[in-house]
Amino acid sequence: MTSSDIAIDIDNVVKRYGAFTALHGVSMQIHANEFFTLLGPSGCGKTTLLRSIAGFEDVNEGAIRLYGNDIAPLPPHKRPINTVFQQYALFPHMTVTENVMFGLRRSGWSRIEAATRADDVLKLVQLSNFADRKPAQLSGGQQQRVALARALAPRPKVLLLDEPLSALDLKLRQAVRVELKQIQRETGIAFIFVTHDQEEALTMSDRIAVMSSGHVQQIGTPREIYETPINRFVADFIGETNLLNVTVQSVSEGTAQVILPSGHPFSCPAATVNSDGTGHLSVRPERIELCPAGGGDLDVKVESQVYLGTDIQLHTRVADGEKMIVRLQNAQSTILPEIDTVVGLKIEAGAARLLAD
Amino acid sequence: MAAGAPDGASSKSDIYAGNGPRLMLPVWVFIGLFLLLPVALMGVYSFLTKEFRGGVIWDFTLTAYDQFFLDRGLFGDDPAKIEWTYIGIFWRSIWQAGMATIMCLLIGFPTAWFIATRDAKTRSIWLFLITIPYWVNLLIRTVSMKFLIRDTGPLNEFLMWSGVINEPLGLINTNFAVQLGLFYSYLPFMVLPIYAAVERYDFSLSEAAADLYANVWTILRLVILPVVKPGIIAGCILVFVPSLGAFLAPDLLGGAKTFMIGSLIEEQFKGNAGNWPFGAAASMILLSIVMAVLLIYARSQTKGDK
Repeated sequence: MTSSDIAIDIDNVVKRYGAFTALHGVSMQIHANEFFTLLGPSGCGKTTLLRSIAGFEDVNEGAIRLYGNDIAPLPPHKRPINTVFQQYALFPHMTVTENVMFGLRRSGWSRIEAATRADDVLKLVQLSNFADRKPAQLSGGQQQRVALARALAPRPKVLLLDEPLSALDLKLRQAVRVELKQIQRETGIAFIFVTHDQEEALTMSDRIAVMSSGHVQQIGTPREIYETPINRFVADFIGETNLLNVTVQSVSEGTAQVILPSGHPFSCPAATVNSDGTGHLSVRPERIELCPAGGGDLDVKVESQVYLGTDIQLHTRVADGEKMIVRLQNAQSTILPEIDTVVGLKIEAGAARLLAD
Repeated sequence: MAAGAPDGASSKSDIYAGNGPRLMLPVWVFIGLFLLLPVALMGVYSFLTKEFRGGVIWDFTLTAYDQFFLDRGLFGDDPAKIEWTYIGIFWRSIWQAGMATIMCLLIGFPTAWFIATRDAKTRSIWLFLITIPYWVNLLIRTVSMKFLIRDTGPLNEFLMWSGVINEPLGLINTNFAVQLGLFYSYLPFMVLPIYAAVERYDFSLSEAAADLYANVWTILRLVILPVVKPGIIAGCILVFVPSLGAFLAPDLLGGAKTFMIGSLIEEQFKGNAGNWPFGAAASMILLSIVMAVLLIYARSQTKGDK
């Protein structure tokens, strides 16, 4: 891969606030034309990293390169990178068109060119009919699209999006996800998207960087992150998973032999193992089948059922007290076990992973 | 009016919004008794005939306004010319009040900005410090200013002692001294409304502007100033209006050449030498000017919001 394919190169970036370190030597490369998501719980450093790329935060160590050029010394207004802010930060005293033209006029576009470009971008986000309104006269979803149009108008080399969907209600959020992804494909520039919503990250991203407490935990495609999480944190944060404490007997060629809490031996792919020979077996709730007691990998007692519409969740408990969640499709053929009965669980071959802390 | 509310009847939401007719009664009584009635009285007095030991005779006449605008010579029988004395005093008052307002704005805006950008705890301390001088009587403060800036006062003595100047600046009894006095008197009225506006200012707007290639000065000019403008206008009105009618600062800090409209009106009502109808007429003219300025401003605002 050549340097012209890498839009943003984050190279060992450290950011400290006094005694608190927000970013511990973070490195990642974001490709041109990629929808890249920084995902993590609040306080994991994802927003700090985004603000460092935009130029609102100075980094203490490391480099941030834009197509090979170090941009760390540049102030925000000299970086060809635009941001869609979480609360949109639209200029309240300007119309929609004036908002969109703001960045164009500041970066040397003539009034006529800027007006034409603003028209085009507003068409792209389907807001042409609202061009003369003030932000206060628009709904949340429309404001969000103005913010997007304003940031896209000056043709930035990279677009940063700071949880732009968090202020929208669920239905709208789902519609905007699709639109946003489509706009990213049409414009062909790198989007760096910050969110704490794993579902958002999985549905939109080409690649995801999962972060926690200032470290990058894993970078990969949504499928890689979901199906082959690298550690307990990633498995737990992305989607729903069962984490069983197991004892590791042996590991060879990526396959581990472990002892389940039920005493059964079990073999599974091993990502990482703790040094003391223990680990967590991560099993997704939808990758488990019910079977008669004693016929599966382990027996559990059914404690409760939760109806979720498309699925039904069974909350069960293993003999040693650990909880297991099983997800069953809400289909006619599904037979639900009674509460307080003991059933067997069969873990789909290859679907469980051994993970360290 | 709220949609769906029957005409003439107040809906519940009107009452909760403070629009219930009975709830408004105390306000209307207060405004009527203490605002409209006094202004109306002043209007009536301006058309009465003066009585020599102060007070009025109930004889309706236009003499007061005639005296204000027209010069009919010493005995009142020359052909009428425009009387420039009082118009001149009015003009000077507007100029002085305007200069004081500009000074307040230049100092008040950065001050308000500074206070509003401190953390919440220190903010209240700074605000308290700003208001401390206002626990002292305005007269005392103005006299203190006179002592401070007079030729033998601490300011000149310090500057001469330190060798910056060789002779006193001669500040006292000048237009500038009056402006300084007005500035000092009304500065908090500029600082507080601007502070309130800046405190509500969303600093992510500045970041958004910087992100869109605006440098610091462009951000100030195109984003910050327009957004906090209501606070600036409120501050300017709160400084300009009382400055226009002030009489303490021009009396104590100025000389004969810095006579302002407030002093002119004050003299008409003081002691036995006054002329109540003339003072009332001058007040009405002053009131009209102020109202005109405010109306023009209000008109321009509604146009801008359309």
